[in-house]
Amino acid sequence: MTHSEIETIISKYGNKESSILAILQDIQAKEKYLPREALELVGEKLNIPINKIYRIATFYRAFSLMPRGKHEVCVCMGTACHVRGAQRIVDQIKLELGIRPGETTKDQNFTLETVNCLGVCAAGPVVAINGEYFGKMSPGKVEGTLKKFRSEKKKEGANGKA
Amino acid sequence: MVSFKIDGRSVEAKEGTYLLEVALDAGIEIPHLCYNESVKPYGACRLCLVEVSRKGKSRMTTSCNYPVMEGIEVLTQTDKVLRARRMIMELLLSMCPGDKLLQEMAEEMGVREVRFKKEDKDCILCGLCARVCDEIVGAHAIQFAFRGDRREMVPPFGGEAMNCIACGACVVVCPVNVIGMKEEGDERTILRWKRTLKMKPCKVCGNYFAPWFQLEKFKEKAKLPKDFFDVCFTCRS
Repeated sequence: MTHSEIETIISKYGNKESSILAILQDIQAKEKYLPREALELVGEKLNIPINKIYRIATFYRAFSLMPRGKHEVCVCMGTACHVRGAQRIVDQIKLELGIRPGETTKDQNFTLETVNCLGVCAAGPVVAINGEYFGKMSPGKVEGTLKKFRSEKKKEGANGKA
Repeated sequence: MVSFKIDGRSVEAKEGTYLLEVALDAGIEIPHLCYNESVKPYGACRLCLVEVSRKGKSRMTTSCNYPVMEGIEVLTQTDKVLRARRMIMELLLSMCPGDKLLQEMAEEMGVREVRFKKEDKDCILCGLCARVCDEIVGAHAIQFAFRGDRREMVPPFGGEAMNCIACGACVVVCPVNVIGMKEEGDERTILRWKRTLKMKPCKVCGNYFAPWFQLEKFKEKAKLPKDFFDVCFTCRS
């Protein structure tokens, strides 16, 4: 993300200190995380001390300070999914990807997150990958579901080399 | 001026002042940790709880950030208040079991045991250091980060506090004394914020008296002449 892109976002909200959350959300949406340089620039432009911005950025779970993977895997841990074994799904994904919730794989392909309800309890246990919902999940289905996103990456990698 | 009662005593105070400072001025002891008269009240430690009755209704509230009002009746030593304070003390102690001041205060308040799981933190998250740094010093070097049980007081992005001028205000003001400052040769370190700065020697006595970075900031802020800080504070007078 370039300086001018960030400046465009800031001026879109009228250079106001009170718009800090909206600005951070826009940066998060575009970059999938909040780069340190971006936070520093926002602070400079809006005249907000960096310690205050860091406080805001770490307070909300919607913000991440670490680069996120290409695919975001969200496992629903809401009550309905929980009683149908959401924990076992998380465990299986942890095994498959080798990461814990909140972490990103080394190849920057997957980020694992748990959420407290995705709103489709009837289809539980639910996993959402990049906003696409996979209902009636079971530990056995995990590998196949993740594969789609894996192979896509591999193909791209091959193309890139060729 | 507004007049009201604390523990049956009639008190007068200026409008806009807060209960705790009025009580302390009147010689009424209320335990507190996160309050300091030089910064805005914050109500983090909850130890200064009192019972306030207003228009016949009574409720418990922190006195440090409760503005005085005409005709209120304040009780600082009721069983209800003391019980609540003991509980808060117990919780604080379970978070930071090693703090000497907390142990002494707990002893005084009659907290005999800690029934909760003990953690090994030392900071009570009162936020006083950050408030002093923001409001008084203006360095904005530290602030709370994260939330809930993961909340901590850290420099932005962890690591070294890049805005810290190593003035030591936070070290002095910390109620549980866990920040720490060290001076060795020409270097001053604020231990908790991992900030080490080179100090400037006085042109007269040769003693190192303050960090370069700090003096430059002061000069820039107050638009002082270049040689203003060449001589240390003792040699100048």
